[in-house]
Amino acid sequence: MNTILITTIVITVIGIIVGAGLVFTGKKFYVPVDEREAAVRECLPGNNCGACGYAGCDAMAAAIVSGEAPVNGCPVGGAPVAAKIGGIMGTDAATVERKVAFVRCKGTCDACKQQGNYVGINDCRSAALAGISLKDCDYGCMGLGSCASVCPQGAIKMIDGVAVVNPNLCVGCGLCVKACPKGLIELVPESKHVRVQCMNRDKGPIVKKVCSAGCIGCTLCTRQCQFDAIHMDGNLAKVAYESCTQCGKCAEKCPAHIITPPCPVKPQAQPAEATEA
Amino acid sequence: MKSLILIMISGALINNVVLNQFLGICSFLGVSKQMKASASLGGAVIFVMTIASAVASLLYDFVLKPYGLDFMKTIVFILVIAALVQIVEMFLKKKSPAVYQSLGIYLPLITTNCAVLGIALTNVQNEYNFIESVLAGFGTAVGFTLAIILLAGIRSRIREEDLPRPVRGAPIVLISAALMSIAFMGFSGLAF
Repeated sequence: MNTILITTIVITVIGIIVGAGLVFTGKKFYVPVDEREAAVRECLPGNNCGACGYAGCDAMAAAIVSGEAPVNGCPVGGAPVAAKIGGIMGTDAATVERKVAFVRCKGTCDACKQQGNYVGINDCRSAALAGISLKDCDYGCMGLGSCASVCPQGAIKMIDGVAVVNPNLCVGCGLCVKACPKGLIELVPESKHVRVQCMNRDKGPIVKKVCSAGCIGCTLCTRQCQFDAIHMDGNLAKVAYESCTQCGKCAEKCPAHIITPPCPVKPQAQPAEATEA
Repeated sequence: MKSLILIMISGALINNVVLNQFLGICSFLGVSKQMKASASLGGAVIFVMTIASAVASLLYDFVLKPYGLDFMKTIVFILVIAALVQIVEMFLKKKSPAVYQSLGIYLPLITTNCAVLGIALTNVQNEYNFIESVLAGFGTAVGFTLAIILLAGIRSRIREEDLPRPVRGAPIVLISAALMSIAFMGFSGLAF
């Protein structure tokens, strides 16, 4: 009986001292934080995964409040979290368009020939380091899938020798953009479906020789556009996403069919499925 | 003096907390992906383990032992170490934001690291006095840091290799850790 009493008393006293110590230091060393930072922190998932590129959810919240990171910067939370944070930060969530990764190459096995048989490390970056480009086109997708292996969502698949992003699974974290040694992947606004699917900067005849799905720099698309939204960057067409109205005239006229048409298959039907997954 | 040095070396190498006693494995495997994070965690562990050993030793010698509450040591140590880390965190946040930034989220994370509690209990078991406890805690934490930094280095090299598919990811990390553990067992022959 005596032991139980002493134990209870000693532990209670230790508990009280520790509790008082915590309260005291909490008051004494209180660091005022931006109210919004705490609110943003509440919205974030809180598992400190670091997929956003910051050292955890606290660091991410601080970065969002200071304007360093976008409100939709959390790849785990996705659109619902971005909307909540947008509300706190006073940015309308709708104005912050979701961005998805897009691979600017259409050089599939049929379109662009393989340059012999590569037996090295199965990674684009290693092959690029050795100066090997695998296909005839020096600019195109190498097809070894470095982007697919870094994708945390499994949104990239290698289809017919070219990486293809599933926009419904993509969270726009940008890891693939960094992984691609050819710089082929860019983050584009989700609703802008008219995109140039080629990165070859060579002149038309050279492009034609290496790939049947390459931009030959014919400038037909720029002449079609009434909104001044597609320009030539050297020998390569480039869409200015801000001014593009998705009319799709350029895509119709492109002789190489490398401009993606506006609004591909069922844009509305699938996102629900993606959130479930 | 000789015995003090021996305690430290024994904590760091001969009885390495991760590789010989298998404590704190979760953070050892979880954080060793990146060298920088590993070094930060190591720093935080050294910091916390040294302080926790000191406080636990004082608490045991002056509170638990005189009242015959030896059996309560696990619970009391958990309570006190958790609160201590919280207090240290608040203190650092206010007084030294630079240190707080560099230790980052690792400081609260290791509150629940079993290695910290394990060392406090081992010290008591070995009947170390205050100074011996502090040195043992420090040595052990250095051992933890050494192990996690070595594993981070190994993992960064493993990433470059073309591994057979079945061992990719977690399996190869466990195999590497096991081989490291075998290597560290070699220190047990270290004689003074």
